Parts: sequence; C-alpha cells; structure tokens
Amino acid sequence: MSSILEERLVEPCHIDGEPDRVRRIRAQAAERFNALGWPTMRLEEWKYTSLTSLTNIDWKTDPSKGDDPVSPFGDRPIAELIFVNGALRANRSTLANEHPGIRILPMREAMESESFAQHFARYADYEKHALTALNTALWQDGAFIEIAPGTAVEGFIHLLFIGDDAAASHPRNLIVAGRGSQITVVESFLGKGTYFTNAVTEVVAGDGAVVDHYKFENESLQAFHIGTVQIHQERASNVASRTIAIGGGLVRNEINVALTGEGASLSMEGLFVLSGKQHVDNHTVIDHVAPHCDSLELFKGILDENARGIFDGRIIVEPDAVKTSSRQTNRNLLLSETAIVDSKPSLEIHNDDVKCNHGSTIGQLDEEALFYLRARGIGEEDARNLLVYAFASEIVERMKIDAVRENVGKALFARLGRGETQ
Amino acid sequence: MLDIKNLHAGIDGKEILKGLTLHVGVGEVHAIMGPNGSGKSTLANVLAGRPKYAATSGSVTYEGKDLLALPAEERAREGVFLAMQYPVEIPGVNNIYFLKAALNSIRKHQGIEELDAMEFLQLAREKMKLVELDEAFMNRSVNEGFSGGEKKRNEIFQMAVLDPKLAILDETDSGLDIDALRIVAEGVNALRSEKHSVLVITHYQRLLRYLVPDFVHVLADGKIVKSGGKELAEELEQKGYEWIEEEVAAAR
Repeated sequence: MSSILEERLVEPCHIDGEPDRVRRIRAQAAERFNALGWPTMRLEEWKYTSLTSLTNIDWKTDPSKGDDPVSPFGDRPIAELIFVNGALRANRSTLANEHPGIRILPMREAMESESFAQHFARYADYEKHALTALNTALWQDGAFIEIAPGTAVEGFIHLLFIGDDAAASHPRNLIVAGRGSQITVVESFLGKGTYFTNAVTEVVAGDGAVVDHYKFENESLQAFHIGTVQIHQERASNVASRTIAIGGGLVRNEINVALTGEGASLSMEGLFVLSGKQHVDNHTVIDHVAPHCDSLELFKGILDENARGIFDGRIIVEPDAVKTSSRQTNRNLLLSETAIVDSKPSLEIHNDDVKCNHGSTIGQLDEEALFYLRARGIGEEDARNLLVYAFASEIVERMKIDAVRENVGKALFARLGRGETQ
Repeated sequence: MLDIKNLHAGIDGKEILKGLTLHVGVGEVHAIMGPNGSGKSTLANVLAGRPKYAATSGSVTYEGKDLLALPAEERAREGVFLAMQYPVEIPGVNNIYFLKAALNSIRKHQGIEELDAMEFLQLAREKMKLVELDEAFMNRSVNEGFSGGEKKRNEIFQMAVLDPKLAILDETDSGLDIDALRIVAEGVNALRSEKHSVLVITHYQRLLRYLVPDFVHVLADGKIVKSGGKELAEELEQKGYEWIEEEVAAAR
C-alpha cells in the first residue's frame, strides 16, 4: 500500500513578498524532491534507516496548535526564537537587536537582506538530498542570525523548535558569522506526541570567525526528526559543532561541514543516548577542500534496551587539501543484549600529504569498574548510571556554556534513570 | 566479627579455597601470608563479593549475618572494605564525588545523617593528609593516570574516609617503595582500634614490620596450614614458604 505522501507530488510553498530567487529555488527544490522521492534503504546513505513509517502518515501543517511554550533556559539566552510547529511565537521570543552587530530576524522577514541573498540555499544541497529539497520547497519560517564582522557576542542565542500533534514542520535557519566575529547558537528540539520535524540550518563562518553551534535533539519519543546542519567554513575560521540526540522515535542527524578556506579548524562532537525502540541515524561529512585545515571528530553512543544507533561518518580530503590533519573517533556503549549500533567511519583521501586517522569501538560497561563502585557501597543501579554518565561526560563537560551543559546534563540524568522509556 | 568455616570457593568452577577456616575477632589484626596461587586473593574477593567468585560450601558469618548472601554494596554498607590489589581506573567519575556518594550510601544504610558537601570536604581533607595525597587528586577521575603507589594510597584514603569495621587489604604492599609502604601502614594503624578489625593479605613480611599483626596465618593450597603470632611472619621471611609446604606434605 502506498501512502498519500508517496503518491502526492510536492508543490512548493510560497510566502507573500518572496523574492524571485527564493521562488525559483523552491520550485527547483520541489522538482528535485519529486524526482528523487523519499530516500529508501536501497541508497547507501540510507541503508540502515527506513522512512516507511514516516511516509505512511498524512501530516498536517497546523501552526496554530500547541500550548504556549516555555524555554528550558529561562532568561539566560541573550536572544531566543521559539517556534511551534514551524511558526514563530513572537510573544515568546526576544530578538536582542539592541546589541550592536547582532541581527536576528525570523527568516520570512530576512529575505530582502544582502546576506540572505548571498547565502541562502548555497550550502545545503537540495539537488542530491531529498529531505533538504523538501525543506527548501516547504519551509515557512526559521531564524536568521547575522553577526557583523569583528563582533564578539557574549552569551548564546537559543532557537527552540517545538512539535505537537501530527504536524509536519520544516524549519529553515541561516546563521552568518562575519569576518572575525564570535557567536554561540543553540538549537533545541522538543515536543509531545507524534509529529515530524524536518529542519535545515546553514551556518557560514567567515574568515577568522569563531562559531559554536549546538544541536540538542530531545524530541518526544514518538516523533520523527530529520535535521541537517550544513556548515561552511572560510579561512582560519574555528567551528565547534555539537550534536546531542536523546529524544525522538526515528531520527536522522546530518552534519556536513566544508572546510573551504586555508587554516580552518573544526571540532565536531556528538552524543546519542537511546533506549526503548529509538532509532537514531547520525550521518556526518567533513569535506577538507582547502589546505592546512584540521578537524577533530568524536561521536559517542549509549544504547539500551532495543535501541538502534548508527554512526556513519565520512571524511573527504580533496586533492588540494594538503597538510590536512583529521581524526575521527566513534565510541559506543551497549547496555543491553538487544541494542544495536552500526559504526561506519570512513576516510577518502585524495592527496598524500595528510595526517588522518579514524577508529571506532563498541563495548559494554566495564565490570571491574562496576564492582569497584559497588564494593564502596554504591548500589548497582546507581553505579551503572554513574559509569554511563561518565562515558557521556567527555562530551558534556566540554560544553562551554554553563546553561547548556547543565540542561543537557539534567536531561541525560533524567533519561538514564530508567523507566522513562516507552 | 568474622567467622569463616570450612569455606570452599573458586572462580569459573575451579576450586581454589579448599576448606578454609578463620576467626577474626573485634579489634584484631590478622595477616594472611602464602605463596602465589595459594588462594589469598580469592579469599579477599569472595569476602568482598566480586562477581564470578563463588562459594560452593562452607559459611562466612559477619556480625552474625550470612555475608555470602549479601550483594557487594550491602557488604560495604555493613562495614566491609576491600583495598584492591589492582584498583581500576574509572575515567569520567570524579574521585571526590564518587567517595561522597559511597560514604553517604553507607551512612544512610547505618542510619547516620548524611554529610553535606562542606562537611565531607573537611573530612576528606583531613584523611588526605594522613596518606599524604595531594588535594589535586580529589578532582581527578577515580585512579585515572595515578601511579601504582598513588592508587594504593587512594585505596587507603578511601578506607580512612569510609571507616569500615572490617578492612581487607589485598596485597596493598605489592609494588610499593618503602615510603609508600610506611604511609599505607600508618593509614591502617590509624584505623586500628578496639572496634576495627583488619585482614592483611600479603606475600611479603615487610609490610608487617610497620603494621604489626596480632595473628599470622599461612595459606597454602586453599587452606590455612599454620597459624601463629607475629614471629611466624619473620620465620617465613627467613625460611621462605618451602618448609611449610614440606610440613604440609609430610602431614598428609
């Protein structure tokens, strides 16, 4: 039985007053999506993940529904945009545009800006990637963040996306960090019930810019989440990308980075903590285009019960990217006999003047450590949780923003105290 | 305090202790000596409840309770402490956080009020001085990157903080230089009182110079074959273990 979504061709959405370029891109993206169709497991990039259960649902787009959201960060972000089912809740958002050098707008109000024209849809590939094409054709809103050259923003900007009640949303964000600027952006995904979020964020780090990007995926356990973070790095830029995935029923995280300017530096970290029947597929591509760049990637997975996790990480070193230094590591901790993880690190090196290595491990809790803790009086369950948290802490403790680290830590503790799974 | 009767125990179905009987009274320090492979570490691990070590027959009674029926954490909460021969490194678990959690779980079990962070820190600082551990160790991960001697001192530090009724030292002296040995012995001596009992398991007599036992037992082939006072340790040091083994063989 084929579903409604499969049968129906996607028509591009339009927003009033949309520039011609955007209209054209949406039409092209819709056409590409209709040509590509939903990804199937026959594709190498999708071999572990089936979207059948997603395409079988007739999704609505109803931004009016949903309670008034509450930020997990209180008043700690310097600016915050909150979206429910893809639509901005202006009354719950603060834009912080009183700060010199910072421009934050809802995407639909940013389309006339020069940066938007220069960068929108330049990096996230809607030609080859069906879900990016779908987002590009259908997005309604999102966040536009522009940091002027030389502006160092203290604190962090928070983008909160909340899903609810059978809605599909396609948030679209663009973050442009000007030359020598500094910015931290945190994206959080939360919600309740069954819904579908298909988000795309493009990040541009200009010459010498320092960008910290956090994605905290804590969707409801019945939710579908597909998200692409597409990062474009220019000369001597320094980007830290962190992806924390603990929620969602069926999740696909794509983090793609192109190091296009000499001397750019990337630190990419990820942590997925899964239980129940969660399925989380992490797909990363780091493309070393320019010489003298370095990238350090660490993804850690913790899987319990019947969870399924995937790490598929690709590092490409282009012919011109001499003196590349790159390290990719994936470590996984299996807490049950029935949890499954697939680890697929890969390196594609097209010149011989590079220093690259990669590795992956899959293991269980260290029985010796468990006994050590118990022999000091700590109960078995607490001891297990302590060790699991310790495994995750390498990623969590490195988060520079206190509010984010505490929030992620709290959410992790809540998840590790078993019984919350469904 | 501790009554071991005709204990048979081993690992993976292989019997290592073959009818061990030992009585440790309150406030006594007992040394168990013996050649490699005699079952010394098996005894320590069976008493502490390490998984895979199983008793097949006999009994261990601790303060009137069937010790073997308790899981490892319950034994610790009842006041049994094992200083491990090979303390494991646990990256990501903060030394001081871990020890506070351990102490408070023991205090809770014993119906004593739990310590708050300040009170605990005060106690920890005091005990660190005893084993001459630098305070910087407090904020490191459990045993991570510690030298062999630091790991052993950390065991004694933990013991000093947890204040067990029965401390079992499993070859805590092995691989220690003379200074570390003295520090470890001082840590144990500080614990000695009429309420605390100590079981020192060792291959060598040298620790016993600093830590004078009330009783010395020789373990060979899974049984205690000879018991005596502290002078037995000296005799073993001079004559080695062969004469004991010969005596045992002759008696068969």
